[in-house]
Amino acid sequence: MADVLDHGGEMLRVTGLHAFYGESHILHGIDFGVRRGELVTLLGRNGAGRTTTLKAILGLTGRRAGSVMVNGREAIQLPTHKIAHLGVGWCPEERAIFSSLNVEENLNLPPKVRSDGMSLEEIYELFPNLWERRKSQGTRLSGGEQQMLAMARILRTGARLLLLDEITEGLAPVIVKKIGDSVRLLKARGYTIVLVEQNFRFAAGIADRHYVIEHGQVVDAVSAEELSASADRLNKYLGV
Amino acid sequence: MDIPLQAVLSQAMLGLNNGAFYALLSLGLAVIFGMLNVVNFAHGAFYMLGAFAALLGFDYLGRFLGDESLRMSFWAALILGPLIVGSIGVVVEKTMLQRLYKVDHLYGLLLTFGLALIFEGVFTNYFNVSGEPYNGKPEILEGAFDLGFMFFPKYRLFAIVLSLAVCFGVWYLIERTRLGSYLRAGTENPDVTRAFGIDVPMLRTLTYFLGVALAGLAGVVAAPIYSVSPKMGSDLIIIVFAVVVIGGMGSIMGAIVTGLALGLLEGVVKVFYPPLANTVIFIVMALVLLWRPAGLFGKEA
Ligand SMILES: Nc1ncnc2c1ncn2[C@@H]1O[C@H](COP(=O)(O)OP(=O)(O)OP(=O)(O)O)[C@@H](O)[C@H]1O
Ligand SMILES: [Mg+2]
Repeated sequence: MADVLDHGGEMLRVTGLHAFYGESHILHGIDFGVRRGELVTLLGRNGAGRTTTLKAILGLTGRRAGSVMVNGREAIQLPTHKIAHLGVGWCPEERAIFSSLNVEENLNLPPKVRSDGMSLEEIYELFPNLWERRKSQGTRLSGGEQQMLAMARILRTGARLLLLDEITEGLAPVIVKKIGDSVRLLKARGYTIVLVEQNFRFAAGIADRHYVIEHGQVVDAVSAEELSASADRLNKYLGV
Repeated sequence: MDIPLQAVLSQAMLGLNNGAFYALLSLGLAVIFGMLNVVNFAHGAFYMLGAFAALLGFDYLGRFLGDESLRMSFWAALILGPLIVGSIGVVVEKTMLQRLYKVDHLYGLLLTFGLALIFEGVFTNYFNVSGEPYNGKPEILEGAFDLGFMFFPKYRLFAIVLSLAVCFGVWYLIERTRLGSYLRAGTENPDVTRAFGIDVPMLRTLTYFLGVALAGLAGVVAAPIYSVSPKMGSDLIIIVFAVVVIGGMGSIMGAIVTGLALGLLEGVVKVFYPPLANTVIFIVMALVLLWRPAGLFGKEA
């Protein structure tokens, strides 16, 4: 595994992470790391355990074991709400926009975890659609707008590590492009991003490194430079 | 039928008074159910505890402390009663209820039902089931107002106004404040809410405190009107459950409006056909269940 990392600059380091849902053992020792300002993807087939990896980092699975270091702090024993305060923002696969909250309430919901998050103005500048719909019930938005809202609401908090799960799923190409632009912008601003993605072309354009997950384990890592040379190998993993 | 308008209006006012209690109690039940997923069968018992807090504070506290002149005034009871009852609720939530959120509704229901029986049993052991009068009604709430169509007891008017103010205060807290947005989010999707850094377990404790404190407040306010007895809660709570079923679980405004409307309905029916007054709410409940099983304000599943 090509994984030569300087541990000092790491925003996230997952080591030997096991996770269960009830009795089912889903993650079997996940290992990967992300340096500050990097964008890595978690690739894999359906059911490989990518969403579960993000949930296990956040303490949302059942029993888990191993180590999750966020910004140099061990998070494996922490309750979920404390993990967010280490500076982690999560954009869940199902988006989870709250229907009992309007757009602005959805944006304002996550408490600030650091003082240097984006202001509402900056967020509306980044996603002008949200400004127009700010008084609408959250779930009345289109799929694309909901996705933007799900991303936008974690930017306000000052979280510097973003866990983004399938943010292009089911969206029209124009919207995918727009979301790609905003992810690039976030990377340029120094955010550290873990991206779970099915759309390999989308991922290939923006990631520094790709981790392949199979049956709850990281089975390969491919850096952006090695990408074209490793295309066949990746295609085999992903079954495309 | 020749029924004077005056009779209808007076019964409507008395009905509104009952409705205010229904609203306070069903509001607490709805908030607790939304956030904790628990059908709080102990709600009636907490209401009873609120009334006893007022009674004991007024009649027994001085005797217990060896100074007969020492009494907890009604106004003090209005604050301390809900706090005491809410604190008992916190102990219940932290030591017992908290373990049941992940399992079926039925367990929370059984636990709270058991607690209700225990609280009632303990008080039945020491107090007369037929009830004791509360003598702490403040001087300035004695007497009646002339409403034009009737003389309405000042205290009852006070009870209506206070209950409505508290109900709308709770509505405002939940629907318009930041803490309220945490509660709504935690009700809708606890996992994502936690992942955003919000302490959902603490919110649940707070919600149970708030819900049962409302029941305790209703109990204190009820003390000067009804006699204080160990069974007062279980009699009332059956009607309140019907109110909650009619309004639909999980809607704050729904619980308030339904409570008031059904109290009014009960009052008015009493004028036209008194024997029906005690059952009309259950008839409405049956009809609503046939027509809209999720309740008038509930979200259809
Ligand atoms: N709540 C749950 N309870 C039990 N098993 C679950 C639960 N969620 C997921 N699983 C199982 O865990 C395994 C990994 O699921 P996960 O959602 O992590 O996959 P994924 O890689 O995100 O794939 P995709 O999102 O494309 O389906 C699957 O076998 C799935 O059936
Ligand atoms: Mg997934």
